[in-house]
Amino acid sequence: MKEELEQIMARYPQPRSAIMPMLHLVQSYEGYVSDAGVELVAELLGLTIAQVRGVSTFYTQYRQHPAGKHHIGVCATALCAVLGGDAVYAAVSEKLGIKADETTADGLFSLERIECNAACDFAPVMMINWEFMDNMTPEKAVAILDDLAAGKPVQPERGATLTSWKENERVLAGFYDGRADEGVSAGVSSLRSTPKGGKK
Amino acid sequence: MTELLTPILSANWGVDKSWTLKSYLSFDGFEGAKKALKLKPEEVLEIVKESGLRGRGGAGFPTGTKWSFVPQDNPNPKYLVVNADESEPGTCKDMPLLLASPHTLLEGIVIASYAIHCHTAFVYVRGEVAHVARRLQAAVAELYAAGWLGKDIQGSGFDLDVVVHSGAGAYICGEETALLDSLEGKRGQPRLRPPFPAVAGLYASPTVINNVESISSVPCILRNGAEWFSAMGTEKSKGFTIYSLSGHVAKPGQYEAPLGTTFAQLLECAGGMRAGHELKFFTPGGSSTPILTPADVDIPMDYEGMVGAGTMLGTKALQVFDETTSIVRTTLRWSEFYAHESCGKCTPCREGTGWLVQLLKRLEAGQGHEGDVDKLLSVCDDINGLSFCALAGGAVACVTSAVKHFREEFELGYTTPAWEAFPYELSTAWAGGAK
Repeated sequence: MKEELEQIMARYPQPRSAIMPMLHLVQSYEGYVSDAGVELVAELLGLTIAQVRGVSTFYTQYRQHPAGKHHIGVCATALCAVLGGDAVYAAVSEKLGIKADETTADGLFSLERIECNAACDFAPVMMINWEFMDNMTPEKAVAILDDLAAGKPVQPERGATLTSWKENERVLAGFYDGRADEGVSAGVSSLRSTPKGGKK
Repeated sequence: MTELLTPILSANWGVDKSWTLKSYLSFDGFEGAKKALKLKPEEVLEIVKESGLRGRGGAGFPTGTKWSFVPQDNPNPKYLVVNADESEPGTCKDMPLLLASPHTLLEGIVIASYAIHCHTAFVYVRGEVAHVARRLQAAVAELYAAGWLGKDIQGSGFDLDVVVHSGAGAYICGEETALLDSLEGKRGQPRLRPPFPAVAGLYASPTVINNVESISSVPCILRNGAEWFSAMGTEKSKGFTIYSLSGHVAKPGQYEAPLGTTFAQLLECAGGMRAGHELKFFTPGGSSTPILTPADVDIPMDYEGMVGAGTMLGTKALQVFDETTSIVRTTLRWSEFYAHESCGKCTPCREGTGWLVQLLKRLEAGQGHEGDVDKLLSVCDDINGLSFCALAGGAVACVTSAVKHFREEFELGYTTPAWEAFPYELSTAWAGGAK
């Protein structure tokens, strides 16, 4: 991990700018922002533990305890909530037997009520490992959880086949996983103005 | 009505592997950048100024003018930072753009960087979108390999590096000075201005911060000319833009059209309201812009038209709600958003947004106290204008505008739960009026 953390630092004119991708990388190894990870980041950047914790506690994507293999986010902001996000959240919470910011005992799933995820034209929106699961319904959500629990491949509406939250944290740390060519160019709602076959 | 639409940025989104350089080049990709690199940087800046392009991220500041504020006699490096932290509720245009055509933004970055003498540009993309990060990372790698990034771009002598930086879930980082603090590796909290970022931005160096759509609009301006661009739109709001319709419309989605298109026209493009329902209210440009009602549907949706209607064009995120929707519930959920996303720096915003949530919660539950609606407005008064950045103003605008138009519905919260007056299951996407 240390070597990769140093690679991240080298991307920036000033190393401290690397702290956010570094914390994403820590999560991809540890499943959360661990004490050991914070100490290493602090040492590399020449910061105090408090300075690094100050950053890691400010941003909601940094977890203070382990996430599940699959991290489920259900949008609870106004438009998604009204269009059925609350019902989707209730169904997922009941199915998994956990509430927001909890992880199932088998470590397979964690749950979060997320704020607007920039996909309102596909509402209600659910994110799994930060991939777009568009136009969600309670029934669809439960079926997806069943598939994931059974180890079946799940393809997001717009995104790459689900692997794990940890693997996607690595992408957010800036380590490309070679999977940009998976998934569609755009969902149906994105293409309302777009001529079929494109317009030159 | 679809003849109204002007697919320019979205023209190539529907083709196979639209995100690859090969596909982008087949749509005249990088023709704008080729033209720019043959001109002097000042000439490029002048073309963007002449086009009348204004910021598409909310504020509407003229893009070319912003670039011209960068002091070229300052010895520090100049930076370009693209704000791809799209998180204003309702806003959903930049993520599909980056997913389908990351090269449109990257070509814009090459042109803009050249114009302001910048050699290191950053794309600050919100963290909660893994596939957008992938597509950007792959596109940047393609451009290095093709000689469109790195040293001596296309033999022009111009050097440019681009860093893709994923955020970690903080709405406030869409505020440009908070974004800069975040990019410097700190908690994302807004800075006092002046100094403005153009003079002392990233690492206290001259910095231009532009929205994804603003920078993505630059290549077609270089390709087709400033006059081509300014022939579209209205007198002071030139060009085209992406309007995002969501909510209770038949066909939610991205509608690219000239600035000044009316809500009524856009709604017609979107197939109208879902079957059997009527418009109740809508946001013109995200939840921070005061809501509008059926009385406002024929006002041109440009910067001036929306200010004239007492609101703002914002991000052109039209969240559309029909008569099944409880305004109290909707306002509560927006207020919860602002309370969650307040960075905590300024007391009026940090504490006040929490008070708004408390009051709205009991109004939603039908347990409001006599006078709570006035109290709500009084708390808004104590927040508005008393904080560093615009988050507080947005948190207040959605409440005050909702009370202005639907006061009786808030007062109903003294006696009746919102879910009894407006059964929530009737508002869901699966309740009928299929998409």
